[in-house]
Amino acid sequence: MARLSYLKALQRALADEMARDADVCVLGEDIGVGVNNVTTGLLAKHGPGRVIDTPLSEQAFTSFATGAALAGLRPVIEFQIPSLLFLVFEQIANQAHKFSLMTGGQAKVPVTYFVPGSGSRSGWAGQHSDHPYGLFAHVGVKTVVPATPEDAYGLFLTAIRDDDPVVLFAPAGSLGVRGDVDMDALGPVPLGVGRVHREGTDVTVVAVGHLVQAALAVAEQLADQISVEVFDPRTLYPFDWAGLAASVNKTGRLVVVDDSNRMCGIAGEILATAAEEMRLTVPPKRVTRPDGAVLPFASELDLAVQPQQDQLLTAVQEVYKASR
Amino acid sequence: MTVDEGLYRTMRLIRRFEERAIELVHAGEIVGGIHPYIGQEAIAAGVCAALRDDDVITSTHRGHGHVLAKGADPVRMLAELTGRSTGLNQGRGGSMHAADFGKGIYGANGIVGAGGAIATGAAWAAVREGSDRVAVSFFGDGAVNQGVLLETFNLAALWRLPVLFVCENNGYATTLTVAQSVAGSITARAEAFGIPAVSVDGADAAAVLEAAREAVERGRAGGGPSFIEATAYRFDAHHTWEHKARVRYRSDEEVAAGRSRDPLDVHGSRLDDGTRAGIDAEVETLMAEAVAFALDSPRPDPAGALDHLYATGLRGRNGIGLLDTAVR
Ligand SMILES: Cc1ncc(C[n+]2csc(CCOP(=O)(O)OP(=O)(O)O)c2C)c(N)n1
Ligand SMILES: [Mg+2]
Repeated sequence: MARLSYLKALQRALADEMARDADVCVLGEDIGVGVNNVTTGLLAKHGPGRVIDTPLSEQAFTSFATGAALAGLRPVIEFQIPSLLFLVFEQIANQAHKFSLMTGGQAKVPVTYFVPGSGSRSGWAGQHSDHPYGLFAHVGVKTVVPATPEDAYGLFLTAIRDDDPVVLFAPAGSLGVRGDVDMDALGPVPLGVGRVHREGTDVTVVAVGHLVQAALAVAEQLADQISVEVFDPRTLYPFDWAGLAASVNKTGRLVVVDDSNRMCGIAGEILATAAEEMRLTVPPKRVTRPDGAVLPFASELDLAVQPQQDQLLTAVQEVYKASR
Repeated sequence: MTVDEGLYRTMRLIRRFEERAIELVHAGEIVGGIHPYIGQEAIAAGVCAALRDDDVITSTHRGHGHVLAKGADPVRMLAELTGRSTGLNQGRGGSMHAADFGKGIYGANGIVGAGGAIATGAAWAAVREGSDRVAVSFFGDGAVNQGVLLETFNLAALWRLPVLFVCENNGYATTLTVAQSVAGSITARAEAFGIPAVSVDGADAAAVLEAAREAVERGRAGGGPSFIEATAYRFDAHHTWEHKARVRYRSDEEVAAGRSRDPLDVHGSRLDDGTRAGIDAEVETLMAEAVAFALDSPRPDPAGALDHLYATGLRGRNGIGLLDTAVR
């Protein structure tokens, strides 16, 4: 067992995959110096033919990666801030994602887009603090949000090896998470398979990304009153509906906690599917950012807009108390 | 105050504002850090000295200099950076979104290259209104590689709009040098659209002012857009996180050489010592007042976290699903 941080796990996954597969190359801003500490050392090791420091031309280099992928490479793109995904939404949603079907299966676009530090980074304000994973799940681009170091490693590996475009969000709130990891057991984690971090029988809490830690804390806090099961979907699209059903059919109660906007968010999709297809015994709840939220700058305002642990705790208690 | 004294005062104000702000970052009073403008003061001071109060500017992530030079109150600006409800944006925007519409400041902007098209639209509105207002967009050398900016050059030139594009070439986009990122020359990009472009010494406020005056006059007279490339050196970090993280992309020799030509001295040496000292003392007092005001100001009430989300006052559901209530 060794101590591994989430950030180091991302770094290691990319390094391992580049060493294993010469078709893997990485593009992005300031990745040579490695300002986000994921691409550290890669330029020295693999040279500028595989580690490409790009000008600030996100739209161009995103579709440039699509072209390279169509021609057989396996590019990985680092985005410094989550909102840059808004800038390249056309290139991902309308180009990369559509090639396979539109070409009748002739083409594949194995590009991985990753954001080290999504969501609030305290004090980065309105344009740097979004969590647009729901948009990608909505258009059907494979979307992963790992919550632990070993899942960060394993899902990054799988994303790179996958033959379709995959977006990987590494929440700012997760980067510092450390875990005791069996380094020899590190390996790919399949897309679309959730993970139960803590078993329980009364309430299922689905938590996305860094909120898995909050959910575990709430489960611990309530341990002597309510038995909480913490389900981490890990992949938002494709979603592990069978895994969720197994949990919800056991507990009959569901709370989702998701650090993105409420309206048309991933939490809404999870509640809807559970309501349609699973044996819910009481109405479910979700804890999210508000509708249409823009993160305000001042710390207390920024925090007030993100889902809070105490809100989750209250939601779990309410769902538990609701009569069957 | 003479024009030369005014230029120096603006630069001195920006310099001391940034230095005090860096102290507040290190003290934990400014959360999220800042992109210091130190070393580039002559550009904001020179360009804004050519502008009227009703002219419009758009700025960048490195925006404090532009916002101050265009006339925002440094006291309320510092309150904004410290996240207070007395700030220019009531603590909602912070360093990267500081704005003062009363002074034509359409805001700093967190997205590189995003301000150019916004300024151009504002210039169009001025023309439609029959006003001779101009708009200025400040951006860095990194921004000239953004597609939207090149699209904007075309619109501005095609429709002969009174907009001035000011590219502050400080040699780097974060860690990437201009040589690594820009093909051809920066001014040639504007010239390709028929936009008159000049390169000026961005460490010399008087030279910047002269170039800006010519461009602004052309804009007011219906002559269309202009482009100024102003070269300067960024004295401090790309962002204050560099003060803690070990990111190496400039040699100590390079930084020392870059800092040796200080825009405050280039222009300050044109004033007599007594005048300069008087301005320095006045700025010192003002900044002391700004720091005290910021730290004494109330913090915003979390219940109002989504105030102003919609201009119409529309309220959606909060994060736990209740309609039209306080956020939490
Ligand atoms: C479109 C976009 N890409 C990337 C970033 C992240 N980023 C912020 S500042 C910066 C460098 C900007 O360089 P330049 O335009 O030269 O301005 P300078 O920082 O030198 O003032 C980068 C890459 C961003 N904010 N927006
Ligand atoms: Mg620059």
